Amino acid sequence: MSILSMQSSRKDVVLMIAFAAAVLAMPIWLEPFGAAYPDLMQKFAIFGIFAIGFNILFGLTGYLSFGHAAFLGVGSYTAVWMFKLLSMNIIPALIFGTLIAGLFAVLIGFISLRRSGIYFSILTLAFAQMSYNMAYSVLTPITNGETGLQLAQDDPRIFDAAAEGSGLPLPELFGVTMQDFDGLAGFYICGILLIIAFYISLRIFRSPFGMKLVAIKSNQNRMGYTGFNTRPYLLVAFVISGMYAGLAGSLMAVTDPLAGAERMQWTASGEVVLMTILGGVGTLIGPLLGAGLIKYFENIFSAYNEQILHDIFSFLPEFLENFMVFIVNPFVGEGWHLTLGALFMVIVIFLPGGIMEGVNRLIAWVKRDRSGSSGDGKAKPQASEG
Amino acid sequence: MSESENIVLDVTGVQKTFGGLQALSNINLKVKEGETHAIIGPNGAGKSTLLNVCIGRLEPDEGSVMFGDVMLTGLTPYQINQAGVARVFQTPEIFPDLTLLQNVMIPALAKRDGEFKFNPFKSINEEKALIDEAQHILEDLGLADQMNNVSASMSRGDKRRLELAMCLIQHPKLLLLDEPTAGMSRHDTNRTIELLKRIKSRGMTKVIIEHDMHVVFSLADRISVLAQGAIIAGGTPDEVRGNPKVQEAYLGGAHL
Repeated sequence: MSILSMQSSRKDVVLMIAFAAAVLAMPIWLEPFGAAYPDLMQKFAIFGIFAIGFNILFGLTGYLSFGHAAFLGVGSYTAVWMFKLLSMNIIPALIFGTLIAGLFAVLIGFISLRRSGIYFSILTLAFAQMSYNMAYSVLTPITNGETGLQLAQDDPRIFDAAAEGSGLPLPELFGVTMQDFDGLAGFYICGILLIIAFYISLRIFRSPFGMKLVAIKSNQNRMGYTGFNTRPYLLVAFVISGMYAGLAGSLMAVTDPLAGAERMQWTASGEVVLMTILGGVGTLIGPLLGAGLIKYFENIFSAYNEQILHDIFSFLPEFLENFMVFIVNPFVGEGWHLTLGALFMVIVIFLPGGIMEGVNRLIAWVKRDRSGSSGDGKAKPQASEG
Repeated sequence: MSESENIVLDVTGVQKTFGGLQALSNINLKVKEGETHAIIGPNGAGKSTLLNVCIGRLEPDEGSVMFGDVMLTGLTPYQINQAGVARVFQTPEIFPDLTLLQNVMIPALAKRDGEFKFNPFKSINEEKALIDEAQHILEDLGLADQMNNVSASMSRGDKRRLELAMCLIQHPKLLLLDEPTAGMSRHDTNRTIELLKRIKSRGMTKVIIEHDMHVVFSLADRISVLAQGAIIAGGTPDEVRGNPKVQEAYLGGAHL
């Protein structure tokens, strides 16, 4: 199956509506999974945006950036500065967070895209680590070093300094703070931005521009002999994905108004690579699933401890109970990374196309099964986007 | 033969050495508008190197390549393509992850949009004219039935025809073909010859490297013979056929 299926636009409308409904209904259908609390759902949406954007670069052009966390960090710092300087309204924070990250991406992309393959990855990694270290050292006046950038009572806030109260002000959107409606206000702001981000990504995937990006991934030399200057295409893709990261970073600051340099560390860059590969590189929905799965594991599995495990296995005879706890314990709590690592290995080995490959195989299997039994091959499961 | 005496491709004094090897020595070649010019010669004679110099894959050490009044030497491959030169490679250069239809649409987009265009909100499905044109050219080459398959799974001969389709959709002024029928069945070879004859009537200038003498003598208006990096003979097919120097160098004395 080709990465870009030339789907009818009606199918895309259905996909878009289904996606929007699924995002908006998250508080309902995540309830049985124990994941319906706003803090986690915000993370799903924020990292979903990050992964969707990363996929526009990595999934379409094949250029693997190992430094995208730098843009996440820039977005966060910019957003907090907007809160400090302009207003607690989140709109300037989101707009400037995205734009400044985009400017950074122009600079880093312009230099890094002079090389391809592993050299490109190393260059982006170097830039991100440089930003990380500078945030701790020379840029301390801007980043507030190890303490992290925080709001303060005496921030200038030229647009709404008058609103003085006790304690620190909260980010708000025309009077609604992120904590309103039991925290659902924050989630819905993130969720709506996720839907918009997904829509833009869908349009890029279906556009001639997106097709050219995949052609670059497929055979960059041929693109040259075919009459395309590939450098600006790659730079635009890089900047778009940098802006997605900047938006995700500013949303982090919106939901929790402080910014620290650890957001730019290489592990954070690696995480988005894992999300994308786990979900399915170059697929529309895959990176989102990967982001959701990793954040879910991080929150759910890390919450388990030895006591909870003892409770779970308490129906077993005592020596078996102790044995099971001994086996399972390294995979939960602090050790949830082990579970993630094992899952990642299984998926990469058996489903190199990520979760989406599994989903597509499943759909194909169901299709074959159904047309075999009823003789009606017309049944078309929706969202078979590969 | 074209009555016009316009020179489309003018290679002057091109030299190229790789390490100690003189790959091309003082090559002079003029190709007239509308002509099909075959370059023949034994393996390692420098035929592909000459084409690589023409499309900007290699820089010549000395000499220049003019295309009409455009100086190709020093331009990048994409600028040379945008000037109107397309090439079929010896090893098919296609987009293996894309479908055949998409493979052909990409060069059509390059022709229409130029070297860069940012249009992320236009749907590819709205490009009706482009899709029609791509389907038409695939039908022309007998590939229409595989249109929606991914091109990686095609046979080598089919890949070669696909690459030809990718070049033809751009309506280049000059088409460079590096062994366009190698790896094809006799049936497909004849079909490709027919197709190349048809586009000749549209006035496209072609330079073709070929080992298959059946193809060469079916298509060529003029032939240049390359041996050890130098042009040792040139002329009409009949002149070349009778040239003892050619028979000596290329065929070891056998008759064409």
